[in-house]
Amino acid sequence: MVMEYNFILAHYNYWAVMLLMAVGFYVVVSRGNLIKKIVGLNMFQVSVFMLYISIGKVTDGTAPILTGKTEVFSNPLPHVLILTAIVVGVATTAIGLALAVRIHESYGTIEEDEILVIDRTLEQQDARAQ
Amino acid sequence: MIEGLTPELALGLTLLLPGLGALVIGVADRFPNIRETASLLIATALCGTVVWLLMNYLAGATAQLRVVQMLPGLPISFFVEPIGLIFALVASALWIVITVYSIGYMRSKNYPHQTRFYICFALAMASTMGIAFAGNMITLFLFYEMLTLSTYPLVLHHETDAAKRGARIYISVLLTTSILFFLPAIVWTWWIAGTLDFTPGGILTGKIEGPQAAILFALYLFGAGKAALMPFHFWLPAAMVAPTPVSAFLHAVAVVKAGVFTVLKVGIYIFGVGFLSETHASEWMIWVAAVSLIIASFVALRKDELKARLAYSTIAQLAYVTLGVSLASVMGMVGGVLQLVAHALGKITLFMCAGAIYVASGKRNISEMRGLGRLMPFTFGAFLLAALSIIGIPPSGGAWSKWFLMIGAADSGQQVMIGVWMLSSVLSVAYLIPVVARGFFLPLQGEKDRPQPQGQEVSTISQLRVREAPLWCVVPACITGVLSVLIYFVGPAIAEFVLPVLGP
Amino acid sequence: MMLAHLPVLEVLVPLAAAPLCALLRRPLLAWGVVMASTTFALGGSLVLLFQVLSNGVISYHIGDWAPPWGIEFRLDAANSFVLVLVSLVGTMCAIYGRKSVEREISPEAQPLFCTLLLLCFAGMLGVTSTGDAFNLFVFLEISSLSTYVLVAMGASRDKRALTAAFTYLLVGTIGATFYVIGLGLVYALTGTLNMADMALRITDIGDSSTLRVGFAFIIIGFGLKLAIFPLHQWLPNAYTYAPSMVSAFLAGTATKVAVYASLRFLYTVFSPNLHFDAQVLQTLFLPLGLAAIFVASGVAIFQSNIKRLLAYSSVAQVGYILVGVSFANITGLTATFLHLFNHAIMKSGLLLAVGCVVYRTGSCSISTFRGLGHRMPWTMAAFVIGGLSMIGIPATVGFISKWYLVLGALERGWWPVAFAMVAGSLLALIYFGRIVEAAYLQPSPEGNKVTEAPLSMLAPLWVLTISCLALGINSEFTVSSARAAANALFFDPHPGLSMQVGP
Repeated sequence: MVMEYNFILAHYNYWAVMLLMAVGFYVVVSRGNLIKKIVGLNMFQVSVFMLYISIGKVTDGTAPILTGKTEVFSNPLPHVLILTAIVVGVATTAIGLALAVRIHESYGTIEEDEILVIDRTLEQQDARAQ
Repeated sequence: MIEGLTPELALGLTLLLPGLGALVIGVADRFPNIRETASLLIATALCGTVVWLLMNYLAGATAQLRVVQMLPGLPISFFVEPIGLIFALVASALWIVITVYSIGYMRSKNYPHQTRFYICFALAMASTMGIAFAGNMITLFLFYEMLTLSTYPLVLHHETDAAKRGARIYISVLLTTSILFFLPAIVWTWWIAGTLDFTPGGILTGKIEGPQAAILFALYLFGAGKAALMPFHFWLPAAMVAPTPVSAFLHAVAVVKAGVFTVLKVGIYIFGVGFLSETHASEWMIWVAAVSLIIASFVALRKDELKARLAYSTIAQLAYVTLGVSLASVMGMVGGVLQLVAHALGKITLFMCAGAIYVASGKRNISEMRGLGRLMPFTFGAFLLAALSIIGIPPSGGAWSKWFLMIGAADSGQQVMIGVWMLSSVLSVAYLIPVVARGFFLPLQGEKDRPQPQGQEVSTISQLRVREAPLWCVVPACITGVLSVLIYFVGPAIAEFVLPVLGP
Repeated sequence: MMLAHLPVLEVLVPLAAAPLCALLRRPLLAWGVVMASTTFALGGSLVLLFQVLSNGVISYHIGDWAPPWGIEFRLDAANSFVLVLVSLVGTMCAIYGRKSVEREISPEAQPLFCTLLLLCFAGMLGVTSTGDAFNLFVFLEISSLSTYVLVAMGASRDKRALTAAFTYLLVGTIGATFYVIGLGLVYALTGTLNMADMALRITDIGDSSTLRVGFAFIIIGFGLKLAIFPLHQWLPNAYTYAPSMVSAFLAGTATKVAVYASLRFLYTVFSPNLHFDAQVLQTLFLPLGLAAIFVASGVAIFQSNIKRLLAYSSVAQVGYILVGVSFANITGLTATFLHLFNHAIMKSGLLLAVGCVVYRTGSCSISTFRGLGHRMPWTMAAFVIGGLSMIGIPATVGFISKWYLVLGALERGWWPVAFAMVAGSLLALIYFGRIVEAAYLQPSPEGNKVTEAPLSMLAPLWVLTISCLALGINSEFTVSSARAAANALFFDPHPGLSMQVGP
């Protein structure tokens, strides 16, 4: 029992990441508001950033700056990777928001179910045009 | 003979000529006379080339052509061999006849889209030549599918709803069977044998056995849907919506003949007679063919529309070939080849007569054809000759094929099949002869009800305005009708000609 | 000099040309840049393919940093083949695009459209070339992000393009993030990002639960991108409402690149020698592939919007590709690569033909196709040939793919699969038959003055159509390249290791 407790504690970063991931994913899937979906998507992405950063950490390691004094460094590569991933994430969010704005302009709403209703009437119009 | 013409070149020409023809016909769109002259010239040139090839072959010069590698190790290749030569000769000779007939028929009916009609004819002929001279299974398959596609516009010619429905059935059954059964069979053969070249004696010996061989054989036979084996026969009646020259073309020249030709090729060059009889792979297909044969004959009996009756008769007559191949005996195969020739001549005559009757009188149903024979003696005479050949009464072409098929059945110990053939002959008498008998011996329709003083009859005839069909329609029918009888005298020669490739 | 740097120039030239288009602000100039850079990429990729086929793997070290630390562009027969495919479709679409986009997008937006197109193109080439797993993610996102906007640009014709793009963005981002999660786990285990190096270390470490989880995330991530059934829901709308030229471009490239990337992971990084890898192939890809063939083709039959119909047909064709992958033998992989290439040619061709119809009529519902066989003979002839190829008639590329797929199934002894595949292609007969009948057998509506599409659209369409026929009649080039590609993945995933993974 103690063993398992330790196991759970020792991997707390993974638990946190998984929680964040699940919450983010849930928000994307369950919320009908496009902005909320984008928020969820961001949480989902952030969870991955956390995953990378946390696995790059080495116990007692410091920032990887060669000063000659310390010898244990954290792995710098994940930080670099995640810097890139953050940029990608920002770009995605920007496009998502831009699309949401355009959708609001042309549909007059950003609620998914209302958009679906409009889409469906459009489809019926198409079918009638046949 | 002709300067610079090598067998290879001639072989290439048989494929190129019809293609060239299609091009010329397309260019001459606005000039019907030039268009139709070109059609005739090309058909004659093609037939001449095939005859030249045949003469060379008899003199010992064969030819082979490899074009491109369609798949690695599987080139598109052509070669000259007896059965292909016979098929090509029959098809190209009948193409001349059918072109003459088409000119008469299409002009008298004044159908639209005639250029398209002649182009598709030429393309279908090119595909047929490809099938006839195919050097391996993949080449045959390629042209087999091209034939399906190029005849689709022909079946569709009228563009009425009925034509659309018929053409849809036509193309979907043919493509479905070929993709669903034929293609896997070919891939399977390639996989186990490592080659698809047509080789006398077959390529499968020792590579496949027992039930697997039987399945493969069945895949080929059903896959060659053009051979109209039941239950994949219904495209043939459906295709009857086409103009009569097309029906004649489908039944006698190209499509169904390509189907049974494929079956023959599979039996002779893929499986090989010896291998088939050793493994008994084809035994159960004998019964499928026999059932197909009997059922189709009975259905033919019940059809009143002449063309539909002829269509079912074709299904029955084609089952002869499938049956002959399935018997897995040399004589059965010979019978199959002869049947291909005899049926082609006979059936094209019957269809041309049916068309001639329709052109002259506008009648499609047999019950309405009473007494027409006396007004159209040549048409009905040709019909009678062809019917005799189909039934197989000596001296007519059909007699030899039946003879060899029965010997084949006896050879492979399938005596029951002799009975099947006798029954089928009786049935074919029952569905073909009444047409002629009614035509000649029954009074004209409409005459019966009224009192018939001697002078009245003439006026009825003139009232109906039925005369013999135009010469362009009648003459070809008479020629092939006579030929279908005369073929009796070359039957043994044909048998001699194909025997060498059938193995020991 | 130039030749030595060709692997990176291949990606860099379109990437650098992209902002140039935005700066030029003149549609004509921008299109000139697009055509020039795609043509350069096409030429370059052909040179690279022939180099690889004759001299073996090309490894290009970016900035001269040696792998596994630096980023490596690693070209073997597999990805140089995909490079040719992507740049071929890209070039044809670029030539086609100027006229087509003119009708669908305002002149001010056109240079930006060109920018996005080139970004997308460069991203795909990057995904294909790179040998670094994280670099792959970056390129994947470059191409995906620009794709979302490209799809959304269809909004000037139909506002549903916006929602389609938004859905695509959500799904695409989730897919990419799944990939990054999986990669993170694998990285935690192996400590390397170079794919070849990763493969070596995975072989050393062997099976573990972390590896499996990472693998699962990666495969699902790619699964979303390549529209594995049932993760394909984003695709039909995206293809339907995107500008015609974008649909054609994406259909030929986007899913293909994703398939390539997943193959790279299934066969190079992980290998079918690992139990779970083989399991996924057999118990996941095979049934899903077959389901895709039948369900998506079945749905396609009932579509009245031709672009949507073709989109569902694409999902079905991805099914064929997956089935080919699942055979896990050389013939199956050859079939996969062949079908990648062949399907790209025929589907892009079909969508270009539809684009011609949209250009002239402004619509792509089946009712607008009535009578077009006589009014737009060249367009419809190309469409018919494409359709025949999808059905798998001999003398078209579709037949070649089908041949190898069936052969692969027979080699595995999977009879029912072979039959299921040929039966699936009959469904294509139904839905193409409908369109062909409409085009040739139904009269065009009264007062219809539609004429043939302009030459600059017909030319690329017919280049694809003729290659569809020519490569179907003589398939030596494609088959030998595809076989080399399959060999590269199957036998020699990472030189030095071939002893262990050999046949």
